[in-house]
This record gives sequence, structure tokens and C-alpha cells, in this order.
Amino acid sequence: MVANKTNPATEIDSVDPNELKAELVAKYPTKVGRKRAKQIVINRVDECGEVPEMGANARTIPGIITQRGCSYAGCKGVVLGPTRDIINLTHGPIGCGFYSWLTRRNQTRPDGPEDANFMTYCFSTDLQDEDIVFGGEKKLRQAIRELYENFKPKAIGIFSTCPVGLIGDDVHAVAREMKEELGINIFGFSCEGYKGVSQSAGHHIANNGLFNHVVGLDNTPKEGKFKINLLGEYNIGGDAFEIERILEEAGITLVTTFSGNSTYDKFANSHMADLNTVMCHRSINYVAEMMEKKYGIPWIKVNFIGAASTAKTLRKIANYFEDEELIERVEKTIAEEMVEVEKVRLEVKSRCEGKTAMLFVGGSRAHHYQDLFAEIGMKTVAAGYEFAHRDDYEGRTVLPNIKVDADSRNIEELHVEPDPERYSPRKSEEALERLKAKGFRFKDYDGMMPEMESGTLIVDDISQYESEKLIEKYKPDIFCAGIKEKYAIQKKGVPMKQLHSYDSGGPYAGFKGAINFWREIDRMVNSKVWSYLKAPWQESPELTATYAWE
Amino acid sequence: MRKIAIYGKGGIGKSTTTQNTVAGLAEMGRKVMVVGCDPKADSTRLLLGGLSQKTVLDTLRTEGEDVELDDIRKVGFSNAICVESGGPEPGVGCAGRGIITSINLLEQLGAYSESQKLDYVFYDVLGDVVCGGFAMPIREGKAQEIYIVVSGEMMAMYAANNICKGIVKFAEGGGVRLGGVICNSRNVDYEAELIQAFAKKLGTQMIHFVPRDNMVQRAEINRKTVIEYEPAHSQADEYRTLARKIEDNKMHVIPQPMHTDELEKLLIEYGLAG
Repeated sequence: MVANKTNPATEIDSVDPNELKAELVAKYPTKVGRKRAKQIVINRVDECGEVPEMGANARTIPGIITQRGCSYAGCKGVVLGPTRDIINLTHGPIGCGFYSWLTRRNQTRPDGPEDANFMTYCFSTDLQDEDIVFGGEKKLRQAIRELYENFKPKAIGIFSTCPVGLIGDDVHAVAREMKEELGINIFGFSCEGYKGVSQSAGHHIANNGLFNHVVGLDNTPKEGKFKINLLGEYNIGGDAFEIERILEEAGITLVTTFSGNSTYDKFANSHMADLNTVMCHRSINYVAEMMEKKYGIPWIKVNFIGAASTAKTLRKIANYFEDEELIERVEKTIAEEMVEVEKVRLEVKSRCEGKTAMLFVGGSRAHHYQDLFAEIGMKTVAAGYEFAHRDDYEGRTVLPNIKVDADSRNIEELHVEPDPERYSPRKSEEALERLKAKGFRFKDYDGMMPEMESGTLIVDDISQYESEKLIEKYKPDIFCAGIKEKYAIQKKGVPMKQLHSYDSGGPYAGFKGAINFWREIDRMVNSKVWSYLKAPWQESPELTATYAWE
Repeated sequence: MRKIAIYGKGGIGKSTTTQNTVAGLAEMGRKVMVVGCDPKADSTRLLLGGLSQKTVLDTLRTEGEDVELDDIRKVGFSNAICVESGGPEPGVGCAGRGIITSINLLEQLGAYSESQKLDYVFYDVLGDVVCGGFAMPIREGKAQEIYIVVSGEMMAMYAANNICKGIVKFAEGGGVRLGGVICNSRNVDYEAELIQAFAKKLGTQMIHFVPRDNMVQRAEINRKTVIEYEPAHSQADEYRTLARKIEDNKMHVIPQPMHTDELEKLLIEYGLAG
């Protein structure tokens, strides 16, 4: 479907986003169209950095082919899935457990042969018809005892699927009872798939559970001068390994990541860090907020996707600690790393400059990866999130204006108070003011839209129909989304990169990750393989054949 | 084979009325099967002379897939065939899903097939139609005729009206029809007139007025239907009449449930008239 293009710039400029929006919306019934119109917005950044209001975190209309996942997937699959030594037990039918098992290619690196790693297992209570009728608590207890006997884990998390909520199994009561009986930490999550409007609800539930049941259990002081946590990093394709390498080189101590390459003990000790750095704002800002309130740990937004972004992030961390030695070491690290990075970047840029990308993925990925593309001269012409909220689009300044609807109210909002003994502000008032005066911004996220050009198209919870239309009009050189979209996009003749699982690639974070990503994108946008592909029916609509024996 | 479901407010006397009516039909020589759709499994106690020990779901649990029809059927008074669906303890699991499972199993095992030569199947369903599971007997053409047990008490009529809403929902697709309301008297003033008017509003009939009699209680304590316990008693004849009326009933309608205020108006008219 995509023609060979000579001058991509004119083609994009020839698309009138207003016209395209009208065309997209016109296809829907009036009421549906009205709803979608709020979630399809033409970006406009004014002098003060203000952007238009974006419709987000609203229910998907049945019948529309959405990209979204469920609350259970967000809780079990995304946030807790990457932790290696907590047993993730799915309470439900077998499919829920199996299809949420390592689909994001989260990697982990146990410290040695004795270090537990349960990520290679998929645990489920495998509920049957009989358990639905008579209740599944007995089977859940039995499963937990069996897990304990076989694996002796430090902790077990129980994840509720839809039927568990319908029949009213009390997973929290079972968790308490078994915790008492077995003497290990056991906690439940009411993350039934139907809760909330997308997987975003599950992230929040996971954050609450981690904060309530794990964070703060171990007060052992952590050694190191500059101690941080990295939140919202899930070690897809080894991203966390690259970030760990860089932090170590720069002399920054990582207490834990939530939750790429993480362990139970590190979570329990995470409140000993002096700074929380947040990558994926959508999935984990709750933990950052709660740790600040309870323990006095400030949080800042960072981004390790993109070489320049990584450098910026490292400088931001160094500036926070206000330590000359650290600042120097960070600069040295950046300088050393950038030699190879720049060489590859310029080489790839010479072939990719002027090409276009579309990103429809995640709750922060559609934003972060734009940096990587921009560094090799590729423009993002349209983007959107699957499950983000307005603050991820427009920035946290809109937080007070977000209307709380029944779907969000359904998810518990924990009330957190400063810990009477352990609350200790990591920075004095004066220090905070001093940093702010220098332009340092705490708990701040500007969102995706202010960083995108005016006239670009922002689509929240994009549907398959809308994706296909966008491809027809913009003819992008690459489209980034997830597995559900992959083959439909490729059939349109456009290269498609999965940013949930990285297909079979990675790491893409940090300096070496940027090099990997650019090489991959170079290969994808400059091979014409997808545009050469023709389905048999496109060439000869009528197929003829003969029997072999004739 | 006529497939009949009995609904009504909890405690209204559905199981008692069903079993006595079934006893009447069985006495007339009809071959009847009663399927109890209540997790308590007490819908066939009077026909069997005690609680059934093996419910469909219990059997399914202990025997796995290898279940025979005779494992779950018991023969009671006058050769009436008794089946109890069974279900979970109160407060756990999903009783509605249990009923779906057990009716499906009965179908698979051929409990309704021609070879069984049944004249009637009666479904005795717990309380209100609270969820999809309890609507199972009226879904997909499983029962074609519904009788609602009611009394002159307000909440009983509320419940009956709600059940009619459920019937309407399935009538269009599944072909289920309301055969009438059975008044199980609570000795409320003007009860017969009130229920007659109520039935008329719903577009149906009061098929029979069962007077209140202590004999029912006495027979129940002895784990028997009145027809079996005291065949010559006038109350036994009441149930025989009801059985006969159901056998001859030709009035099968899609009910027209009332709005709440309409129903309340009716109650005021009759309830406060005295």
C-alpha cells in the first residue's frame, strides 16, 4: 500500500490533520464519533507550552478493535512480572496465567546458582468449572502450600482474575491465613481484569500492594554515597542491565529497580534510597508519590531511552546530589560513552534523516522513543498511548483538573502519612529551594504533547481502523506498537517495531541501547522488503490450480 | 413433554406447592421429573421422604466425568423422578453457575430424551431470578411454561412482578410463556380478589387459590406431601385440583410487568380497602 517515496516531507505536509480527523470520526455512529473526537487531537503548542485538552483514560467502546489489555495484565504482567523471586500465582483459569507469562521478554540475572528465579515458571490455580461453583479458596490454599513446599520462596503474590471477583473468593483473607501458617510474606491483589478501563488500573493496584506489603520491611542501611531507585523500568530485552552498567560506571548506587531485574529483598529495602527516579510515569508514579509522603524521598522524572536523554538524566541525578566529584564522574562517563554513540548516530542519520515514524504504545513509550528517533533525524508525525491519563499527554500541571470518574474511583487510593520514625526529608528546605532556583524540577512531568510539533496528530487508545487510515494518509516509514497490531501493520507494507517486547531485540535503553535501536531502525526503514510484498490476491485475484494427478 | 418452572419469592412455598402438585400429577398416572435448582437441595424432600443425599454437583465432584443418570436420579412418591442440582455452601462460589452446569449435565446424560417418556419436567428454582444462573431454566427453551407462586403480601407481589420482567426478557428469544400465578394463601384480607386483579394486570390468570391449612405443615414434618400423608384431606384435593388445572391449562402468555407505582396503586386499592 505504501508507494516508494521520494520526498517524505511534502507527503506529510500534504495531509491536513483536521480533514483526517473529520474523516476518522465520520465513520463512527454519532455518539461514538463524539467520544472519539475527544481522543483524537491535533497538537498545538503555544508560547507558554500549553497544549489542547486530551481525552484519555476513558472506556473503550465495545466493537472497536483496541490495543488495550486488562487490569490483571497491568498488575501481574507489567509491574510484578519482572521480579524474579516473588512467586506470582494467578488465581484463575489457566489461560490468564499462561498468556501473561513473560510476553514482554523481561530478563533477569540471578546473583548465583543459589539465587531464586521463578520467572521461568508459570504458576496458576487452574480453576475448573467445579471451583467456580463451589468456590476456589480451598484450591488456592492448597496451591500456596504446594508452592511453599516445592520452592520455599520469600514471598508469594496472588493475582485475581475475572471469575475470582465474580464468585467472591477472598484472596486477601487466604493470603493472611497462609502468611500466618507458613511464615513467609503472602499478599493478594484484587486486580480482576474487568476493573478500570485498561491495564492502567492494574498498575495502580500493583503499586498499592507493593507499597503496603513489601516496601519498608527491611531497614538495613544501604551502602553507597548516591543511592537511587529506578521506577517504571521493566528490563525488556535487557534494558535494565545497560542502565545498571551506566549507573555503576557513573558511581551511582542503585538500591532497586521497580521492577526490572529486581528482587523481593531490594523492594523491601528500597526506602533507604535518597532519590526516586521515574521512567514510566504512568505505571509507577503512585509508588514514587507514596514513598515521598511516607519516607521523604523526592522523585524526579527521568528517561534512559535515547543517548542524549540518558546523558541528560545522568546530569539531572548528579545535580540533585550536588556533588562535584559525582558531576565530574558523570561527565566523564558521558564523554566516554558518546564516542561510539556519535559515530553510529551520524552514520545511521545519514540514511534515516527525514524519514517518519508513528508510535502508538504504552503509557510512556510513545513519548520516550521519540527521542531516539529524533536523534537520527526522524520525525514522529503521529503518536498516542494505549492506557495513559491526561497528565501523561499534557503534563502534571493538569492533575488538579482531571475529572475523577466512577471507573477511577473504583481503584483504591491509599492514604499515606509520614512514617513517625522513618520519615526523613532527604533534602533540607534550603537545598530544595537552591535546586529549584537553578531550574531543577521535582515530581514533574511535562507529558508528551508539549514536546511534539504543532500539527502532529495525537490519538489516544487508537483503534485498528484508525491505524490503517493513518498509514494510508501519512505513509510512515515505521510504525511502533505491540503484538496485536504487528501483522495488520506489516500487511499494509510498513515496517513494524514492537515496543512492548522489542520483537527479538534489545536492549534499547542507555548508550549501547541507543546504538542497538538505531541499527535496528536503519535496517528496517531502509530495506524495502515490506513494500515489495504483495499478497497473491493483489497480483492475480483469481487463483487457478490443477490436481497433481492430472 | 411439558417443561414447567416454578418461581416466586423466597419462603413463599414454591417447593411445597411444586411437590404437592407433582404428587397430584403422578397420582393421575403422569410421568414427572422434578429438578430442584436450589443449592440447599431441599426441593424433593417431601417426594423422597427425606433429603436427597446425592446432588448432581456433588456426584460430578466425586465421580468426575464418569456420571450415570441413575447416580443422580431418585424415584419418589408415585414414581416421581427426583433430581437435586445442589451447590456450594452459603457465601462461597457461584450457585448460578452450578445450576447451569447441572442442567447441562442432565441434558448430556439424556434425562430429557424421548426414551425417558416423561410427561412433565418441573424446575423448582430458588427465590428471585438474581442472576444468569437462576434464569437458566427459562433460557434456551429449557422450560416453556412458568408458574409464579405468590400471596397477598406486598413483597411476594413485588417479587412476582420482577420475575415477570425476567420472563419478558427470555420470552422473545426463547419462547418461554407465563402459565399463571398460584396464590398460596397467607390469609391476607381480600387476598383472592387482589391476586386475581394482579394476575389480570400482568395479562395472566390466578390459576388456583390454595387456602392455608395446618395439614401442609403436619405433612411436611413427616417428610411427606399432603397427598401421600392424608390422601382424604380437603387440602389434598386442593393440590389435585391445581394439578388438574395445570394439566388443562391452555393460557400461555408473555406477561406485561407493571411499573412499581402501578403495582403500589393496586396494593393500596385492595390492601387499604378494608
